[in-house]
Amino acid sequence: MDQLSGKARKFGDNINTDYIIAGKYKFKSTDMNDMAKHLMEDVRPGFIDEIVKGDFIVAGHNFGMGSSREQAPLVIKAAGISAVIAKDFARIFYRNSINVGLPVIECDTDSIDEGDALKVDLEEGIVHNVTKGKKIKATPLPPVMVKILKDGGLAEHFQKHGGFKLE
Amino acid sequence: MGTIAEKILSAHAGKDVKQGDIIVCPVDFMMSQDGTTPLTIRAFKDMQGKKFKDPSSYVIVIDHNAPSPMESVSNLHREMRSFATQFGARLFDVGEGVCHVIVPEQGYALPGSVIIGADSHTCTYGALNSFATGVGSTDLAAALISGKTWFKVPSTIKLRYDGKLPTGVYSKDIALRMTGRLTANGATYKALEIEGEAIDALSVDARMTISNLAVETGAKVGLMRCDEKTIEYLRTRARSSFKGVDPDPDAKYEAVLKEDVSKLSPQIACPPDVDNVLPIEKIEGKEVNQVFIGTCTNGRVEDLRIAAKILDGKQVAKGVRLIVSPASKEVLLSAMECGIIQKLVKAGASVTTPSCGPCVGTCNGIPSDEEVVLSTANRNFRGRMGNSKSHIFLSSPATAAYSAIKGFIADPREVL
Repeated sequence: MDQLSGKARKFGDNINTDYIIAGKYKFKSTDMNDMAKHLMEDVRPGFIDEIVKGDFIVAGHNFGMGSSREQAPLVIKAAGISAVIAKDFARIFYRNSINVGLPVIECDTDSIDEGDALKVDLEEGIVHNVTKGKKIKATPLPPVMVKILKDGGLAEHFQKHGGFKLE
Repeated sequence: MGTIAEKILSAHAGKDVKQGDIIVCPVDFMMSQDGTTPLTIRAFKDMQGKKFKDPSSYVIVIDHNAPSPMESVSNLHREMRSFATQFGARLFDVGEGVCHVIVPEQGYALPGSVIIGADSHTCTYGALNSFATGVGSTDLAAALISGKTWFKVPSTIKLRYDGKLPTGVYSKDIALRMTGRLTANGATYKALEIEGEAIDALSVDARMTISNLAVETGAKVGLMRCDEKTIEYLRTRARSSFKGVDPDPDAKYEAVLKEDVSKLSPQIACPPDVDNVLPIEKIEGKEVNQVFIGTCTNGRVEDLRIAAKILDGKQVAKGVRLIVSPASKEVLLSAMECGIIQKLVKAGASVTTPSCGPCVGTCNGIPSDEEVVLSTANRNFRGRMGNSKSHIFLSSPATAAYSAIKGFIADPREVL
């Protein structure tokens, strides 16, 4: 897993999956690049135009609450976001992200501001705020999820092992 | 010495497991709907799936966007139908109803079983003592192929509701009170065990309304005990034999929260979050433009009966639209047989196909800018119903029906 770098795009608490990608779009298509145009549309109109490939979504508590739609992490990936960094995540979103190979990092995000340059070392679990010259320790992923993420996602894990090989 | 969650997962994992353990365990039943099946198909193909481990343990339901309002949706529906045919799964097509109402009605959700569904409100079947939880499409595809999934065994918060619900106050009010009290992430990664004399007194349908909202607190499951009512509900429905799972007397809980419902008021969740809950006294009088009665939370026949009782012989207020979506074909038929639909339509309701209706903003009643909607659904996020400039409040069917007559949020205890 490589080191990631990009700028912080800051959001608040309880960003739900309807905000990430609204139901009115997700039922229409499976084209994630097309749907990515509507990422966060209802809470931050024009967000897709602000994103530079590699940027991070940085948020508060309970990121990804709500529906089980896997379109949510897929659309974030398709928009060029390299990882989501939040204080904590909703359960299904967290699991879906790992399954589709979107890194999710749990750490204290209070000191990160919009536009801060960040470098993230997934292996070490460190978020380096280059702008502020500060390093933040992330909560390690559960080992079972590290295995899935290292394989590239659950589909790739199944291709490689022919089923679950987690225990 | 286990909670319901620990005991069900232990029985499935074939060993004693406790909170925090990671297990791979067999899944008894699976479900996906029209918003999640296309990605399930994609993941199944990516995993080079050739067949389902057990086609009889999986159903697909077309409910969120039904009947199709546009050709791109129609083409996705067609893809789901051919997937079901090719691999031998049962598909409930347009008009058969909402997944979380069909699955219990058809006897797929059984006490003591493990169920995953590609829809977050799969936790509804916790009311039938099923360890049932929502997953994404890739987890579902993995389970279709292998018959298994992985879980972290959750810790449990026990919620105990005692006392007797006052007239005009219903299980939805308990459910909204629960989300307000626990908050939107108060139970993340945890199981809820919901019990007490107020729960015992509810019908199985009414209990499902509470388990349905478990996910709005972040919980993995919202489990209830299997009692005589559960057994009676399943008597003509269950597809196989089952055995209910009770918690052990010495089970360990992360927290035990108790509440007496005897003085509970009707509750309202205010936009834009489900945990933004107020007793009706603090919000009554708020003008409404559209009222929606239906969904996996409150679209069952008991819900429509309460609404019809209030609307019988009355008229929806001028300028208010009332949309009713019976949650299944069975619900619609039985509501027609006892004259409920006639009363609703005479009062001015617009009745849709059994489906999710306008809940998720796909079709059937998208509000205009600045409109206020009072809905019996489970989510009021900004944009949820298809327009981010509208405002969604959530309530019980009784509060919704009475508010439709008055034209503003109104307390149903005035007429009951």
